[in-house]
Amino acid sequence: MSDNTLHTGTTLPKRKPGFAARWIATAQSVGWAMLSIGLFVAIWEIAWWRGWANPLLLPPPHIFLANLTEQFRFFDPNGERIGALSTGGSLWSVLGVIGWSSMRVFLGLLIGFTASVIVGVAIRYFNIFGKLTLPLITMLAPISPVAWLPVAIFVFGIGNPPAIFLVFISIFFVMVLATLAQIDAVPKHYIQLARVMGASKQQIFLRVILPAILPGLFVTLRMNLFGAWMVVLIAEAVGVGSGLGQVTMMARNTFNASLVFFTMTLIGLTGFLFDQALRLIQRKVLWWIGPSNIGAL
Amino acid sequence: MLGLSINNVSKVWNPDGPDPVPAVTNLTLDVAVGEFVVLLGPSGCGKSSLLYIVAGLEEATAGTVTFDGLPVTKPSPERSLIFQEAALFPWLSVRDNVGFGLSIRGGLPGLRAEKVEKLLRMVGLGGAGDKRPDELSGGMRQRAALARALAMDPKVLLMDEPFAALDIQTRARMQDHLLTIWRASGASVLLVTHSIDEALALADRIVVFTARPGQIKAEIAIDAPRPRDLRSPEMIDLARRCEALLAEEVTKAFQEQELL
Repeated sequence: MSDNTLHTGTTLPKRKPGFAARWIATAQSVGWAMLSIGLFVAIWEIAWWRGWANPLLLPPPHIFLANLTEQFRFFDPNGERIGALSTGGSLWSVLGVIGWSSMRVFLGLLIGFTASVIVGVAIRYFNIFGKLTLPLITMLAPISPVAWLPVAIFVFGIGNPPAIFLVFISIFFVMVLATLAQIDAVPKHYIQLARVMGASKQQIFLRVILPAILPGLFVTLRMNLFGAWMVVLIAEAVGVGSGLGQVTMMARNTFNASLVFFTMTLIGLTGFLFDQALRLIQRKVLWWIGPSNIGAL
Repeated sequence: MLGLSINNVSKVWNPDGPDPVPAVTNLTLDVAVGEFVVLLGPSGCGKSSLLYIVAGLEEATAGTVTFDGLPVTKPSPERSLIFQEAALFPWLSVRDNVGFGLSIRGGLPGLRAEKVEKLLRMVGLGGAGDKRPDELSGGMRQRAALARALAMDPKVLLMDEPFAALDIQTRARMQDHLLTIWRASGASVLLVTHSIDEALALADRIVVFTARPGQIKAEIAIDAPRPRDLRSPEMIDLARRCEALLAEEVTKAFQEQELL
């Protein structure tokens, strides 16, 4: 009987909260985020004020954020020259440096995601291919991407390719294994139903397996995003000659603690924005996964 | 011969392994066109295995299944399958779920959409087409699954404990619903359950299974018109009979498990 009232669907509770409620929720979560960061900054500033933190080694935010033009000087999108010869010095050059790093992460993730899904699917669909590649992939998976760095430079030289390659390596093996796990976890009944409906193998793949595995793969991608950022910084510090990693390394070499923390701030912000962007894509493209399954901020 | 015909079918799971499990042994059963047959038996007695073989999703180890005189070798939309959980695709709206089989089959989009709307109304989901499956209650989801199966104009509906996950009130309503749809569509139904009440409420004929390996223990034809009053003396008699038949098998199954 209760079931009967559901026929029209009008008695279902509304899933989406009202505009005002959503705005308040957003404001609250932003408020907490500000408070969280503010508290950290406050402790740091107090430590400096009380003289516990040496401003040369651990300059607090009001110092490393004070003279922005001075900091900007060290950011050169082309990366070859620093200091006086640098073409840097403006906000645009900072954005350029961030852009280079972001581009490497983005391309690495894109190529890695696509390739790993293709390989993972091929392993499950073509038995021989799976038998030939899976042991190798399982063996290569635990090798740290940092260990691949020399290989990347031997093979690709200096420049963008080794950095992109390292990002690719950092997600490829994990994502292949995740693809296999996701394919194996597709409910059997989905496939049986599609078969009963007369779907061909290709239709089953495109219309059942692919939509079923994408949400899980996207979560794996997001979890590995931060790993990709770490790797790209290492690659830039060692073998690329531009980007946020290169600036950090230069700051270390010139003992410029202010610049180190300024760059770290930029890296943190960029990583955060990347994660937000991926979440947005996830919500728009994979709309059938409720926000509760995506995970909180 | 028209209808479904299961001849001497045996099914062994893992036949070449160290531990073959016989699911069904030498089973013969005919389902006439438009007949409502309920397979009743203890859990794990092989009745679901039989359903999968009839659907063409599993191959019989021995014996044959023919449908309208032709041997069953692969799945077909004319033998539609409904599971215990609705198994709607979460990435499609209810409407697209119901239309999934039609879109696989192809045909004019306008006609397809019309048919889907008609089916949605028929199962009482006329206003829920745009919803996501996880916005529906369990009963609504199972009705959407029913509509999805009916969209293919099946000649037989194979139902594997379709209402087992629903609460008792919803269950009774869904059974009424199924009977209405069954009469309107003229399809045969082969429904697996372990609920005696469900079997009594629905079946033209109840086929009681033995414990594994599944064989037919008894067949009980019920002529009483529907809707049936399960508290009438005849029905209570039948229920007692079924209970006695099942109890023997459940005891046997328990003994076997203890031996293992």
